[in-house]
Amino acid sequence: MAFDASFTGQKFKSVGTRPIRPDGIDKVTGRARFGADFNMPGQLVGRILRSPHAHARIKKIDTSKAEKLKGVKAVVTAADLPDLTNGDAAMFDILDNCMARKRAFYDGHAVAAVAAIDARTAKQALKLIKVDYGVLPHVTDVDEAVKPKAPVLHKSVFTEGVDPKPKKPSNVARRSQYGHGDVDAGFTAADAIIERTFRTEQTHQGYIEPHACVASVNSDGTGELWVCTQGHFAYRQTCAQLLGMDVSKLRVTSSEIGGGFGGKTHVWAEPVALALSRKAGRPVKLVMTRNEVFRASGPASATSIDVKIGAKKDGTVTAAEATLRYSCGPYAGMWAELGAMTSFACYDLKNVKSVGYEVLVNRPKTAAYRAPSAPMAAFAVESVMDELAHKIGMDPVKFRIKNAAREGSKSSYGPVYGPIGIGPTLEAAQKHPHMKAPLGKNQGRGMACGFWFNFGGQTCTDLNIGIDGTVTLAVGTVDVGGSRASLTLVAAEELGIPYEQVKVVVADTATLGHNDMTDGSRGTFSSSMATIFAARNAIKVMRERAARMWDIPVEDVTWEDGHAKAKGQKRGNLAPLSIKEIAAAAPNTGGPIAGHNEIVADGAGVSFATHICDVEVDPETGATKVLRYTVVQDAGKAVHPTYVEGQYQGGAAQGIGWALNEEYIYGKDGRLQNAGFLDYRIPVCSDLPMIDTMILEIPNPNHPYGVRGVGETSIVPPLAAIANAVSSAVGVRMTHIPMSPPRILAALDAAKA
Amino acid sequence: MVQVALWGALSAAAGGKKALDIEAKDIRELFRKLEERYPGLKPHIERGIAVSIDGVIYRDTWSKELPDKAEIYLLPRIAGG
Amino acid sequence: MPGIAVTTTINGDEVEFICPAEETLLDVLRDRLGLTGAKEGCGTGDCGACSVIVDDRLVCACLMLGAEAQGRRIETIEGMAHGEKLHPLQTKFLEHAALQCGICTPGFLMAAKDLLAKNPNPTEEEIRFGLAGNLCRCTGYDKIVRAVQDAARVMKGA
Repeated sequence: MAFDASFTGQKFKSVGTRPIRPDGIDKVTGRARFGADFNMPGQLVGRILRSPHAHARIKKIDTSKAEKLKGVKAVVTAADLPDLTNGDAAMFDILDNCMARKRAFYDGHAVAAVAAIDARTAKQALKLIKVDYGVLPHVTDVDEAVKPKAPVLHKSVFTEGVDPKPKKPSNVARRSQYGHGDVDAGFTAADAIIERTFRTEQTHQGYIEPHACVASVNSDGTGELWVCTQGHFAYRQTCAQLLGMDVSKLRVTSSEIGGGFGGKTHVWAEPVALALSRKAGRPVKLVMTRNEVFRASGPASATSIDVKIGAKKDGTVTAAEATLRYSCGPYAGMWAELGAMTSFACYDLKNVKSVGYEVLVNRPKTAAYRAPSAPMAAFAVESVMDELAHKIGMDPVKFRIKNAAREGSKSSYGPVYGPIGIGPTLEAAQKHPHMKAPLGKNQGRGMACGFWFNFGGQTCTDLNIGIDGTVTLAVGTVDVGGSRASLTLVAAEELGIPYEQVKVVVADTATLGHNDMTDGSRGTFSSSMATIFAARNAIKVMRERAARMWDIPVEDVTWEDGHAKAKGQKRGNLAPLSIKEIAAAAPNTGGPIAGHNEIVADGAGVSFATHICDVEVDPETGATKVLRYTVVQDAGKAVHPTYVEGQYQGGAAQGIGWALNEEYIYGKDGRLQNAGFLDYRIPVCSDLPMIDTMILEIPNPNHPYGVRGVGETSIVPPLAAIANAVSSAVGVRMTHIPMSPPRILAALDAAKA
Repeated sequence: MVQVALWGALSAAAGGKKALDIEAKDIRELFRKLEERYPGLKPHIERGIAVSIDGVIYRDTWSKELPDKAEIYLLPRIAGG
Repeated sequence: MPGIAVTTTINGDEVEFICPAEETLLDVLRDRLGLTGAKEGCGTGDCGACSVIVDDRLVCACLMLGAEAQGRRIETIEGMAHGEKLHPLQTKFLEHAALQCGICTPGFLMAAKDLLAKNPNPTEEEIRFGLAGNLCRCTGYDKIVRAVQDAARVMKGA
């Protein structure tokens, strides 16, 4: 049955409150089970052998000595993972990334794996595997990789999206273009133009929990997988296909997840664990080390971006152009394309052009990182916007407000916008007390806007009324940051009962229908929609049961405040029936009571944010201290405001780390030099101030409660906001992220010269 | 009748055509007619694309209705994180 | 392969185990004793997710050998609550939503417990530096610091 997803504009009793999250106690007592906290009887320890070369042909792998080692139960190579991808290039890339077939494409690329009775034996076994490599020249830098003499990763790659098709293979997999109007004419009409090139180094999502799983495959083709993931159904689909199993025969259970941010939307070692288990005939536990996580699970792209923007003296932007080169690792993706789509999305522009190039390099496969590709593009664009505002003598916030996209603006990625929130976030930021805080010596203030698509997706929920009238809600979107609390509130709201009477669980793949991953800020948006409709279904059933209990037509039964009520004067003597009473009579009135919903949640709407940041830069050391940080973002409707604030603060903190310190450092040998948390420095508690948040609520018309996605957008503005603040503090435009102390000192020195 | 704009790789797969008018009342009919006219679009459509209807981006649900005179953009399916 | 026999006290209980010489205390806790509250985030002492308290000293269990537990007094997250009664830090972490994914939470609670035991009245800066050995990727630390401030207030008997 189709329910109308339109915004209802209702007054809320539960939604918008801040109760304690239902899964909280397990997490503060250490009882919650994450990926590596689970064990199966008879399990073996799985370990992976990884290429030490950035680029090499795999001539031969001799596993015989490893297989003979006492305690080793299985050794696998690509030979144990036959190609069942049926011509699906994206699937083949996943397969090749999980276990190298003919070539190792990066330092850390998996080439073989073992399952043994304990960690010590597994480690010894890896040492006994002999791999005969033919080392090849490598290229790890995004700008080096596009040069004509660069070593080419795949001789079969001829740049797509260019006409005529190139005659020679290269590392540029694809060109994409977005925009409208005539940028040349626009620049001619400009009074001031700023043109700059920017670079951002590669960063990792940095989740504290390494990838971990326990895989168990039986000889009859059935299997189980316990894994930390953002999408257990997606993992099931991919693993089943790669291993040649029926989807229904592989049961995947999502553990609690210790951070994902997009990095756990792709499989890395899970197909290997399943292949080991299949070969050994026993469960295999495979946990990546932190070193492996950095070297062999997906970081974000490194980028090189050219931006040119022109404006009239009155502040009207007349033309905006960007050329974006994004690194994909060894396999093409759509990373530059996403950068091209998002770069100018905040603005109402007559003439705009973005061109993206997907660049292949000998680095681990790029994966999604929270609003993938948008932060880097925003850094480049917002830096130029900032500089341009100063050049024409206009306040940077006013400059953005003047050019902000609004309802009716043609977006830079194509469609015309409906009602959107960029104006309100800018105006709210403008009025925020942060803007009035005084600034001292060596201090600077920066602000920036950010945009992200949010999306919906395949979702289903089961809402079951228990025998005692309390409610269980089974959902399929993995809870990455507190969505169970929000969904409990939504169910309680619809049913009209207290929060404490609802229990939300994340079901496994065998006990619920397909759910797309928790990505694209869709977890709460999609599951809340499905929950609302499932609850309404359950209410329909309960009204029918009440009608039966009272022996009246169901049209005379309404639902209010968690009770079935009989309508009309003549029914006045019928006391309302609680869920508990209806449930108690269920065996007589028709059996178990439930509401289900299967939908493609859609119309998530885009979201905008404005960030303001104050920094102080020490001119002697180049160190930057973040003094003040404010996030203003539209949430549509904050179901549980505390967890919305949490998303804003978390994204901002990741952006701060990205802007000031985090980067992948590669040696001339093409190997990752800083594959650990000591030298890949993410922000610690003492690096940050309190992060102020302001939640705007401009309802999303495509959701009954007005909910928008919120999880990703907050990582989009920080790189630019901080770059603008640092540039202001040191008086030099910073164009290379991260702005670590050596880079700031170099910029200061260059300016003095 | 709806106005359909194709971007990027989709435009290339349709022989460079960037915009066209099509008579279609829902997404399924739109896809069928596009595939008939431009067989090169078939693999992209099968893989999954996003459909923007008057500014709001939707998935490729076949039954989604296309209001008359709506502005339709076909965009790549977006990855999130 | 002969292991090393160890007798130690964990959360007030006497515990005995045998482990290989090279096995860390973290691996002993998680894989031999079923105490999976301490987490491995890095294995090199950089993230603090494995924080435990040994003889009243905050330690990364991944940097200590299981054999070194001999004769010592170890406290883990599993011993922080007393039966049904949560420690004020645990309660405040919940109230302030000082956790999102929760993987770093046991380590933070141990570190915060140790911090407040040594400094019952810390300033915001002292809290931030006191917890700088624990990495959190989800929260940005704001709500964690507020939770610790509030717990300190309660524990002082305010």
